[in-house]
Amino acid sequence: MPEVEFKGKKFVVDEDGFIDSYANWSEDWVQYVKSQEGIDELSDEHRKVVSMLREYYEKNGIAPMVRVLSKVTGFKLKHIYELFPSGPGKGACKMAGLPKPTGCV
Amino acid sequence: MAKHATPLLDQLESGPWPSFVSDIKQEAASRAKNEKGIDYQIPVDACEDLLGVMELSYVHKRTHWKHGGIVGVFGYGGGVIGRYCDQPEMFPGVAHFHTIRVNQPGGKFYTTEYLRQLCDLWELRGSGLTNMHGSTGDIVFIGTTTPQLEEIFFELTHNLNQDLGGSGSNLRTPSDCIGEARCEYACYDTQALCYALTMEYQDELHRPAFPYKFKFKFDGCPNCCVASIARSDMSFIGVWKDAIKIDQKAVQAYIGGELKPNAGAHAGRDWGKFDIQKEVLDLCPTKCMWMEGGKLVIDDKECNHCMHCINVMPRALRIGDDRGLAILVGAKAPILDGAQMGSLLVPFIKVEDPYDEIKEVIENIWDWWMEEGKNRERLGELIKRQGFQKLLEVTGIDPMPQHVQEPRHNPYIFWKEEEVPGGWQRDIKEFRKYHQR
Repeated sequence: MPEVEFKGKKFVVDEDGFIDSYANWSEDWVQYVKSQEGIDELSDEHRKVVSMLREYYEKNGIAPMVRVLSKVTGFKLKHIYELFPSGPGKGACKMAGLPKPTGCV
Repeated sequence: MAKHATPLLDQLESGPWPSFVSDIKQEAASRAKNEKGIDYQIPVDACEDLLGVMELSYVHKRTHWKHGGIVGVFGYGGGVIGRYCDQPEMFPGVAHFHTIRVNQPGGKFYTTEYLRQLCDLWELRGSGLTNMHGSTGDIVFIGTTTPQLEEIFFELTHNLNQDLGGSGSNLRTPSDCIGEARCEYACYDTQALCYALTMEYQDELHRPAFPYKFKFKFDGCPNCCVASIARSDMSFIGVWKDAIKIDQKAVQAYIGGELKPNAGAHAGRDWGKFDIQKEVLDLCPTKCMWMEGGKLVIDDKECNHCMHCINVMPRALRIGDDRGLAILVGAKAPILDGAQMGSLLVPFIKVEDPYDEIKEVIENIWDWWMEEGKNRERLGELIKRQGFQKLLEVTGIDPMPQHVQEPRHNPYIFWKEEEVPGGWQRDIKEFRKYHQR
């Protein structure tokens, strides 16, 4: 798997830029993904989405459905796309260090 | 000289059917020659490496694409199917080989000018290979690299006024039969409705918000040329309410042999002289047709609009004038709990711009399924899990005999508490007063 270097830190990622392991997630990773996913400024709302995804994943072992993410954070899907232009899967889940979404995408 | 030897694939160049191998080789040769001096943005030998990896799969009898792939364009959650080769050193030309879905026009009518523009774009920024079209309807661009995705999207939208199709847990690209464009059976303008609903629900198409995928398909009549009843969660099938229009002179022309049955569809074999009794009247599923004094009579209130008689004698029989469509829901492929075809929900609904009545049915269903649907549960499975009755409740449709093929044969019948005098709150002591232990 390829390695990316960001501000002196190294991360192992797959072709789509998802981190190899949930455990290797760090604040630097968040900053790295921000630079990749068309996000100018990290706001509290970004943080809220990321921490919700991490909490949900730790508790349930899967990423939440979009509807659950909206409900818990209170952000409409449209707003989530404003925060994460690639959307909740490719954008937010990547930043949160969750495994790559699978299935018939 | 080709980059990889492909002895197995080469065998698929013989035979009469157009060979995809010959075509890909032709594109590979054209890219190698590059007569137009194109500055190819992905490897020139992508087509050759595709043939190479395919040959390897023919040898191994296994796929050589890695699992999944999440790529896309900013603002959208779908439209691009990411794909990476699992032998990138051997086949660097297809190390990235993403597929882009492009929303096709209604009925798939094109001008060469438009197709040339698409091809020019794809030649420069992709492999030059396509699928015309994906089963859901999209124009499919097969094979490009991640950095080209935004470039292609920019040019599609800015120069070609053309959007992506759908993928993921969302509304997939709707598609339609050719409809009124050139079919006398069309009971409504399938292309107009397909286009209107595609535009109306762009948000649902581009940004996955559903428990799972959801498809629309629009058929002009029950012949179902786009197979909506089998391949869409919500199937819109044209139908009429009044009488089939009969041209008795043309009926005589069929009987006399001047007009060929089924518009000559069976001309390849001698089936004997046309016999209206045998080929039409006796085959009518409701037996609601007969000849009376040399004239064809149809008891229209018993007709179930199967299309058979109209299909056999298109010059003599025409669909009625009071037209609309039926909505069927829940079709899906086998995974997870078995294949389903659409079940009748709305027997007849008028098709009138701006289609508010139809949108209401759609949105009621979405509200219910988005709330109640489990992760990756198709509408058809939710209907099985919560019951058809629940679907009727959320859509505000009264149950009617047309909703079933036959009534249930088991007696496990649920009642609502308010329907039962006295309700469910009972006191066992009260019961014991009359029934000793």
